[in-house]
Amino acid sequence: MKRPKTAFFDLSCCEGCQLQIANFGESLLDILDIIDVVEFREVMSEKWDKEIDMAIIEGSVTDEHAAERLKRIRERSKIVIAYGSCATIGGVNGMKNSFDLAEIRKYVYGDGYKFFPAAKTKAIHQVVKVDYFVNGCPIYPPEFERVLKNALQGIPYYVPDYAVCVECKLNENVCMYDRGIACLGPVTRAGCNSWCINNGNICYGCRGIVSNPNEKGMKDVISKYGIDMGFIVNKMDMYNKCRELKHEED
Amino acid sequence: MKKIKQSMNINVEYLTRVEGHGNIVVNVKEGRLQECRLDIVESPRFFEGILRGRSIFEAQHITSRICGICACGHSLASIQAAEDALGIAPSAQTVKLRKLLLHMEILDSHILHIYLLAAPDLLGVKSFIPLIETHNKVVRRALRMKKACNDVCGVLVGRHVHPISAIVGGFTKLPKQKDLNAMHNTLTGMRPDMEATIDLISKLKFPEFERDTEYVALVNDGNEYPLLAGDIGSTDGVRMNKREYRKATNEFIVPHSSAKHTKLSRESYAVGALARFNLNYEKLHPNAKETASVLGMKPKCINPYLNTAAQLIESAHCLEDAVAIIEDFQNSGIDYSEEITVGLNEQKKIPVKAGNGVGAVEVPRGILYHNYEIDENGVIVNADCIIPTNQNLNNIERDMHKLVPELLSQNHAKSEEEVTLALEMLVRAYDPCISCSTHMIKVGFVC
Repeated sequence: MKRPKTAFFDLSCCEGCQLQIANFGESLLDILDIIDVVEFREVMSEKWDKEIDMAIIEGSVTDEHAAERLKRIRERSKIVIAYGSCATIGGVNGMKNSFDLAEIRKYVYGDGYKFFPAAKTKAIHQVVKVDYFVNGCPIYPPEFERVLKNALQGIPYYVPDYAVCVECKLNENVCMYDRGIACLGPVTRAGCNSWCINNGNICYGCRGIVSNPNEKGMKDVISKYGIDMGFIVNKMDMYNKCRELKHEED
Repeated sequence: MKKIKQSMNINVEYLTRVEGHGNIVVNVKEGRLQECRLDIVESPRFFEGILRGRSIFEAQHITSRICGICACGHSLASIQAAEDALGIAPSAQTVKLRKLLLHMEILDSHILHIYLLAAPDLLGVKSFIPLIETHNKVVRRALRMKKACNDVCGVLVGRHVHPISAIVGGFTKLPKQKDLNAMHNTLTGMRPDMEATIDLISKLKFPEFERDTEYVALVNDGNEYPLLAGDIGSTDGVRMNKREYRKATNEFIVPHSSAKHTKLSRESYAVGALARFNLNYEKLHPNAKETASVLGMKPKCINPYLNTAAQLIESAHCLEDAVAIIEDFQNSGIDYSEEITVGLNEQKKIPVKAGNGVGAVEVPRGILYHNYEIDENGVIVNADCIIPTNQNLNNIERDMHKLVPELLSQNHAKSEEEVTLALEMLVRAYDPCISCSTHMIKVGFVC
């Protein structure tokens, strides 16, 4: 089989998801046996301006320049993979959408803020068509392997559309609510093997909200534990603020 | 002479093998340097702005996302600032575990930079990809060492990229005896690879270039190589408390960069491995001093290209000190009663009051400052983060201003390609982290 020409691109992000690739260790070389990496700015000086079989894109769209760049990448790519929370749901970059853009620019850059244009943060599927989603902040490497296998075989990958709680229960963690702490596991898409809760922290919703969240169940849970809904929504906005854009702009 | 008339217009768009987006712009007209800049073209992400209105107990989680490479460093600086604002002091055990985490962060980042970002230039290739064919053992060693650091972080805090269990007040999960043994085995197993790395790098030739500048790093009065805590010190004799960090950085905005610039006693200063080496050489582990002597380095070293070599010296230090910390825990045991629940503080276990706190931590690329002002409910009112790369930008540009005319006036005037490569290597030597500083590099020559 011909190794697909693969390129990694980064829009606005921390580049941590790309770094997860280096953390595969020596098995990275096995991955490089089956894909032909033609561009990957963070670790390579080689550049590629021709057609791409598989574009793996990290980061969100935070200005017009990025939107244009993304459209050009889409035009020459057979497959586009949105890679990591910033790309799939807007991620932490979306938090700035809660603020007035001119005000937040001024706050960070003072009088020089006019040098730094900015637009509302968008996930990449809010700008171009996306074929595969690898969620998470950062991505969960075993899931990336599965997506890669599916993409190489030309079959779809369905992101789990059930709650993180399913995996969390299988891992026999004590429920955070029972420990007196609010957690976004009940409304967040699984697929990370409840990574954060396994390590004693809560779910922050970095994989996005399930498509059909059990709102009544969630309301029952938070009222049972006497938690304010505003508190939960504020938590959700940490990663999922961009979900609102769809309704605004469609 | 021919070279006097030489004109060049270098424009490197999106400098590669650095973290983030930056461009290098050089304009030489008839032998005279007209312009020499490092443009930072990363899209701003406004972290300081978005922190406002968030709980102080969420700051670590959010600011970790400033950078994927130094996520643990941002977490540690953020936690330190938050604890300073709240007026709480971490336990001795917590401090020791944080030191271990910081060692792994520095080791991991330095290995990544030395092997994957810097070494290809020294070996004359464009990236590590061709090295898979020509230097397979070297690439495997690099990936093995990188993974070892990642594995230790996995045991210690859940993962290296965006650590999970290190929060305000301590750790949500503490390593078991078997975890300590696993970390110990991984790190002692890395020693032969470290020796081979030192052997490899000591045989490579770094470019020769010197420019005296002010080096800034954390300093202390004790015997420990200061990384997690200390005062701000400089080779020009500055010594300040971390709370005076604004006086030590003097941030200012330049139009060609979405990252702010800084200065202290002179027109620019440098932070990072070479700065720490220059200020704290005496406190390095004996293995690290031995590495320095193999590399022929002594403080004060003023060749910025040797920052990569200083990173190797620090790698040897961090590896050995990490092993020592783990051995300490293996002998004395871990107090599991210190395990804490998540830092949202919904149970109000940590008393909250209005305050202002500063965190100053040596992360791989230099001193990182976080500063938060919180109200009586622990909600962030103001936030300020000063990133090592920002502090180096001004210094890098001053280096470029000295380097370009030197390259052009040498007996064999350099070609545009050679000048571009020399500049790219210079910028890479600082291991800039542009996502952090906001994002960074592009070099451009126009003839």
